Amino acid sequence: MGLTPSPESAVSYAPVSQEGWVATKLDFLVNWARANSLWPMPFGTACCAIEFMASAASDFDLARFGMERMSFSPRQADVLICAGRVPFKLAPILRRIWQQMPQPKWAISMGACASSGGMFDNYAVVQGIDTIIPVDVYVPGCPPRPEGLIYGIMLLQEKVKKERAADKTLRNEMDPDPKSQLYIPPSLIDQISEPFGNSVHQTRSSL
Amino acid sequence: MSNAFQPVVAGSACATDAPAPATPRNVPLAGGDANPSAAALQRQFGDAVAGTSVVRGETNVVVANARLLDVVRWLHDDPSQRYEYLSDVTAVEFRDPEQPIEVVWHLRSLAYRQFLRLKVELPRGAELTVPSIWTVYASADWMERECYDMFGITFAGHPDLRRILMWEDYREGFPLRKDFPLRGRFSRSEQLRQALAANPEARYSMEELSVADAFADLPTEMRRRLRAGEKAGE
Repeated sequence: MGLTPSPESAVSYAPVSQEGWVATKLDFLVNWARANSLWPMPFGTACCAIEFMASAASDFDLARFGMERMSFSPRQADVLICAGRVPFKLAPILRRIWQQMPQPKWAISMGACASSGGMFDNYAVVQGIDTIIPVDVYVPGCPPRPEGLIYGIMLLQEKVKKERAADKTLRNEMDPDPKSQLYIPPSLIDQISEPFGNSVHQTRSSL
Repeated sequence: MSNAFQPVVAGSACATDAPAPATPRNVPLAGGDANPSAAALQRQFGDAVAGTSVVRGETNVVVANARLLDVVRWLHDDPSQRYEYLSDVTAVEFRDPEQPIEVVWHLRSLAYRQFLRLKVELPRGAELTVPSIWTVYASADWMERECYDMFGITFAGHPDLRRILMWEDYREGFPLRKDFPLRGRFSRSEQLRQALAANPEARYSMEELSVADAFADLPTEMRRRLRAGEKAGE
């Protein structure tokens, strides 16, 4: 799931649009309501959560974007904000929380560790939460400043505003493979977890 | 009355002939006064004490593996020692393959303001087993589990020696050992597959959840579920 919507899922407001006036206006209304009342489920595991708290506090004030209610229960949340590194021991818990969230739902991966494992290229840390759950917006930074997180949230709002109710594939859950519990192929996981930067000097088979 | 500003200098309240405070700056790397408990151990246990050294003002005592529990119990119980606080249990593995693996206990005597570091050397190739001191210090429980989890050292006599940081069916080995590759032994996809296969609700034993104590008071329905093997949750 990238940032760019597929061409057929973008709402077109042009009069020559294939869809009727009512459908597009309804989409607009629903998307407007959803985008401006995203309730975040904070999944803060490290220092990114401190910046996330700063974003919610008065200086930066996430309430301007309709996010004044932190939803500490996944059942009432719209957007999962994973702020911080996720160790392997936490992986099934993050997956469970994501599965407990009702549709429509989105995910923001906040910071370098959540997005790619960051500097923790070791035996204990998941190399990017997109190997566990689908992610809509990645916010880079270590940790990102509140402005960075707010920019990511505004990007997510743009994405929400372009959704189209007629798109039948929009709310498809990506069911993990029942045998391995992975939802993307193992080869792809190995590929995106390849070491980079300084860590290429360390090999997996030291013995 | 003088209004001149008098700066307060650290240590100015001490007498001028007081000894300099023992800051890390003036503590020698090796040597210095040993903790009197080291000599007391030598008298009490004789050749069970293999060596004593003072590093950075802290006393290390290497004791024989077989007598460790006696040594610790004596240090804890003897009124002249009173090492009542166990700060840490850990281990050291050196990169030199000839050097033995050391298991380290940090003991503190609050009454006498003393710190003592006990070590047991485990030679390479032999079984990595030391006695558990859980019977003396209940706080050794989780520390020994952590040491087992990270180094694979077996604490004989520990009531519940399971992994504590990694999940219980972690199969890649002991992460802080020198032969453990930084990224683990399995591929990332295999690591993730094994991690996701874990049931997040089956992590805790009934004892850890304190359910066992309250079992008789629980609702019938919950007792039925717990008897059926279900740990907690939905």
